[in-house]
Amino acid sequence: MGYVAVSGGSEAILKAEELVAYFRLKGDSAPLEVGQIKEQQRLAVDKVMGEGALYAPTIAALSLKQAEGDNIEASFIVRAYRATRARRYVSLPADTGEMKIIRRISGAFQDIPGGQILGPTRDYTQRLVNFSLLDEERDSVRDFLMGLDVQMSAQQLPDTFPKVVELLRREGLLVEPSDAGGGLCDITRESISFPCRRSAKLQSLARGETGAMMALAYSSIRGYGDIHPYLGELRVGTVPLRINHPGANEPVYVGGILVTEAEIIARYDEGDKSGKPQLTLGYGLCFGHNELKAISMGILDRTLLSRSAHKAPAEDEEFVLYHIDGIESSGFVAHWKLPHYVTFQSTLDRLRRTRKLKEDEDAPAGL
Amino acid sequence: MKMHQQGYNFAFLDENTKREIRRKVLKAVAIPGYQVPFASPELPIARGWGTGGIQITMSIIGPNDVLKVIDQGCDGGVNAVNIRNLLVKTTGVETTFDTKAATIVQTRHRIPEEKMREDQILVLQVPIPDPLRYVEPSEVKAREMHGEMDYSRMWIFLYENIVKWGEITIGARYPSLVNGRYLIDPSPIPRWDVPKLDNADTLYLFGAGREKRIYAVPPYTRVQPLEFDDFKFRVEDFNGHSCTRCGASHTYLNEITGAGNGQKIYACSDSSHCDKLRRARKEGTD
Repeated sequence: MGYVAVSGGSEAILKAEELVAYFRLKGDSAPLEVGQIKEQQRLAVDKVMGEGALYAPTIAALSLKQAEGDNIEASFIVRAYRATRARRYVSLPADTGEMKIIRRISGAFQDIPGGQILGPTRDYTQRLVNFSLLDEERDSVRDFLMGLDVQMSAQQLPDTFPKVVELLRREGLLVEPSDAGGGLCDITRESISFPCRRSAKLQSLARGETGAMMALAYSSIRGYGDIHPYLGELRVGTVPLRINHPGANEPVYVGGILVTEAEIIARYDEGDKSGKPQLTLGYGLCFGHNELKAISMGILDRTLLSRSAHKAPAEDEEFVLYHIDGIESSGFVAHWKLPHYVTFQSTLDRLRRTRKLKEDEDAPAGL
Repeated sequence: MKMHQQGYNFAFLDENTKREIRRKVLKAVAIPGYQVPFASPELPIARGWGTGGIQITMSIIGPNDVLKVIDQGCDGGVNAVNIRNLLVKTTGVETTFDTKAATIVQTRHRIPEEKMREDQILVLQVPIPDPLRYVEPSEVKAREMHGEMDYSRMWIFLYENIVKWGEITIGARYPSLVNGRYLIDPSPIPRWDVPKLDNADTLYLFGAGREKRIYAVPPYTRVQPLEFDDFKFRVEDFNGHSCTRCGASHTYLNEITGAGNGQKIYACSDSSHCDKLRRARKEGTD
């Protein structure tokens, strides 16, 4: 009998859940430790923290284990967990000038004060399969670490670096953001409306899905409304966070978080004829080490300032901010897996009716 | 009341969030059909899978409520079971399949066949809250159109449908005017269910979690599907078919291609109502 809808849902769901665990564990390798993911799948963890919008490396690593490495699923677990956490403080604005740098480069200036620091990057590696990783042993890892001639000591690097874009700012070549105000909007507490406050825009971008943001940023630089971006500065490092605490007279240091920051220098501002031409700036900042996302965010922040009458997709605030959220888009795209018997029946009813009308129309008259 | 899941507040959401949603529900009731924005926190169920309806139910449910959850008219579908499990786990409330016994019915895609009462609330899950999405993809422009009650493009869309196809081709989620003012998307219920919204005894609450909007059709409120004087709104036509299980010919039917022989059969989409009719028929023949 084909009538499947009556019951059976409960048991099927339980079995499906068991199968998920079975498929994760059926190989005979040792169970993955969350610590291993946290340390050795660093970039995946950072991505999940960013898109899950919670700085919690252990929870993100655990979610990745639970999700069998599916980045969006893991971010979703983190985001749902975060929704149940109390929000006790809002940190004071963090000064990324205070960042303890692990990487810092500029694509716009050859020589920057403090120098370019490559840090941990794969940018200049050939993407060849490293077969030696197949049998990486604890001993070989130890030997590698012992023999490392790069000293990761703090003394080698200065505590802070000047911001590259300050060079332009000092010369008056840079437009100052005009919509910096508007107060702080917490997008988890109120739904955004358009035109959107800058704080809401940056929050939406900061927790957007890397791939979606990259696609939109790519569309802009590839031909749909190019803003001609340059990477003024990309820096990765730890910034200190402070809060105002009722028991303290001074701001209280609550810890440091690893972030990636991108400052995008883009073409002259359109429209404003009153002053001298100036360059414009787009800003990107995200949790952890995620350079593609920070750069994409910087580009999109800038494209969204466009005042063009013929907006490209990446220049349309509503289009960009409504579509970059991985949790929201994945949920809706996946919901087509749910049954749609009722509505499809309704569609069939319309189709048959319009086909009937067409047949009647086509039938020779007088028959 | 059964023990509910430890470590979470009653009905999962914290009290402040529930209070906000109740305030938005009150506003929605006060302005029938108007889409009220709300914060819509993430749930442990995916966006687009019913989170708006779940949030409303979580915000209005109390320990003494009796809950019915349906998907496609059916209590036993996997999505209905999953949502019911979450609500039971976090509240411990009693559940039922019987429309008449429920105080709150949460539903996707159907309004139960049995007429609901004044003391019941129907919560609908909504994927797309704005009917103007058919003609205007931008939220900003659509809000302006609602503000000015400018539904001309919708009327033109329907008119062009008739010119092109000889019929209005919208299957489910048929645009309807509430209280002579706001156009709503009555969630993807079939046209069959739209007349049940008009001057009903029951409060209808609509929640769109992903799109972050709540709206309502209060009891005894006019709901008119858009139609022309010379081209009337029509519900689905099941003429000549009846349910293979209970024999009903006055209910919304799903057509099912039978296993094995590939033959087409029809069955009620509202499964618990179908069970009731079946029992009644059996008792009648015994």
